[in-house]
Parts: sequence; structure tokens; C-alpha cells
Amino acid sequence: MGVGAFFTSKLDEAIGWARKYSIFQYPFVTACCGMEYMATACSHYDVDRFGAGLPRFSPRQADVLFVVGTISHKMAPVLKRIYDQMTEPKWVVAFGVCTCTGGFYDNYATVQGIDTIIPVDVYIPGCPPRPESVLDGLMKLQDRIAAQTQRY
Amino acid sequence: MPGDLILQRLRDRFGAAILQTHDHRGDHTAEVARPALLDVLRTCRDEPDLACDVLMDLTAVDYLAYAGGDDGPRFEVVYHLYSLRHNHRVRIKTRVEEDDAIVPSAVGLWPIADWLEREVWDMFGIRFEGHPDLRRLLMYEEFVGHPLRKDYPINRRQPLIGPPH
Repeated sequence: MGVGAFFTSKLDEAIGWARKYSIFQYPFVTACCGMEYMATACSHYDVDRFGAGLPRFSPRQADVLFVVGTISHKMAPVLKRIYDQMTEPKWVVAFGVCTCTGGFYDNYATVQGIDTIIPVDVYIPGCPPRPESVLDGLMKLQDRIAAQTQRY
Repeated sequence: MPGDLILQRLRDRFGAAILQTHDHRGDHTAEVARPALLDVLRTCRDEPDLACDVLMDLTAVDYLAYAGGDDGPRFEVVYHLYSLRHNHRVRIKTRVEEDDAIVPSAVGLWPIADWLEREVWDMFGIRFEGHPDLRRLLMYEEFVGHPLRKDYPINRRQPLIGPPH
């Protein structure tokens, strides 16, 4: 291994470590999962312990898109536009079964999983997911962020 | 005015155009032939004794899969009328065939019928003749079919639509 390769591999690690503790999320809350998201975000479960305590209400300032709640076909273009507005690097969390697969809304109005619209990094199942599973998903996302190879 | 007297008034006025009337647990309903529909609605609104100034709801029923529903026209459009002045209600229904699913619009009588009729068009595919702007209300323009029809497959996948321009 040359000196340059050693240097960039260590720089990747350092950047990954820094990024995983400064997650600025954009909560795209459409349905009842939002209550569980709020419970997780507040002091009992406290996502701030994982450096994800500051939601940004503009997608242009956010790193992680939290899609929380049922997405209808009519909402789908809006979600796609929000995702497109986020700057790289960006990640997406599907929060709850409705965003993962459509859940029990197997009907004419509901998108059957947001991964038909945008790429998803972490799926958190549950209807709604317990705060513990949200935190588990958040830590899985942190692992993913930390392990990500950077493109310079 | 009691409901049975309302129905009696409509029967006297319109005769054979009132196909049948019934009273189920105090809910009085008149089924009307389509050509007389607007006249019946207008009478319910304008007659001082009736004075149904509120169109509470306008909806439709698909009798395709209904037991015993195959002996008449497929769709039924239902008008729920209410009188603020007299505190009474009456329901007006009319049946239409699938290949002739057109009903005269009630927008000229009650402006609220605008969105209600758009919803019925969206969900059941029943057209309203004379409606000023008969577009889908709940679903998007690219949607194919009318989802509350009984022959709409519950697991049909619609094409995804792109970002708004």
C-alpha cells in the first residue's frame, strides 16, 4: 500500500466518523408514524445522543431524509422533488411499514414502498416502529455512513 | 314537514316520474327517473314547505356486486337534502346504466355540488352534464379507471407519476 492510498483510506474513516455524528435530518412526516418519530426525537429516547438531534426544515440543508408515514401516489412526485433538492451526500430512511412496502394499504391510492421512487438506505419496519427500533435503524445508518467510501 | 308528507308532495307533483318511495327507520327516500331529476331537486329547494337549502351530500353506489342488484341499472346517484328552516331531510336517488352514466348537474342549484360531482366522476366515472369543470378531484390526471367501481381490481398498480412541473 502506497502512502497516498493509506492516507485516503484513513481520511475516509475520519470523514465517515465525523458524518455519522452530525446527521441533519429532514422529517417528511405524512401520517401516524410521525407521533412515534416525535417520541423518539424527544428527551425520553433522545436521538440527539446519536448526533441526529437537529431536524432541518429545508431539504437543501439536510443529510438524511426520514420518510415517516404513508405515501400516496399523489404525494410521490413531491417526495421525489424533495429528494432531488437534497445535496450529496444524502441518505434515506424508510420509517414504518407503509414507507417500506405500502403496509396494509394495498389499494389504489398508496405507493407500494418508497423504494419504487427513491433509493432507500435503511428500512425500519413496524406499525408504527417502537422508538428502540428507530434508534436501531439510526445506528445501522450510522454504520453505513461510517463505512461509505468517499468520492473526491 | 314530516318525511312521509314530503314524499306525498313529490308523488302528487311528479306522478310517474317518482319511481318509488320508501321510509327506512325514518329516512325518507324517493327514487326518481333521470329526466325529472333536476325538476325534483329544484322543487325540493324552492318550494317554501320543503326549502331544502342544503345539499348535505352527493354520492353514488355501484350495484354491480350487490345481491339482487343485477335487475336494475348499475349505478345510483344519491342526493341528501336538508332544510335548515324546517329541520327535515329527504334523499333523492336516480339510477343510471353503465353505458349511459350521465346525470344532469346540480351545480346550478347548489354550488357545493361542484366538488361533490367531481368526486363522483373521479371515483365512479359517472358524468354530470352541464358541470362547469368536470375534472378528477381526489386522484391525479394520469390515474386510469375509477377506483370505487366494484370491478376495479383492488391490487391494480397505477403508473407512477413524475415530479410536478
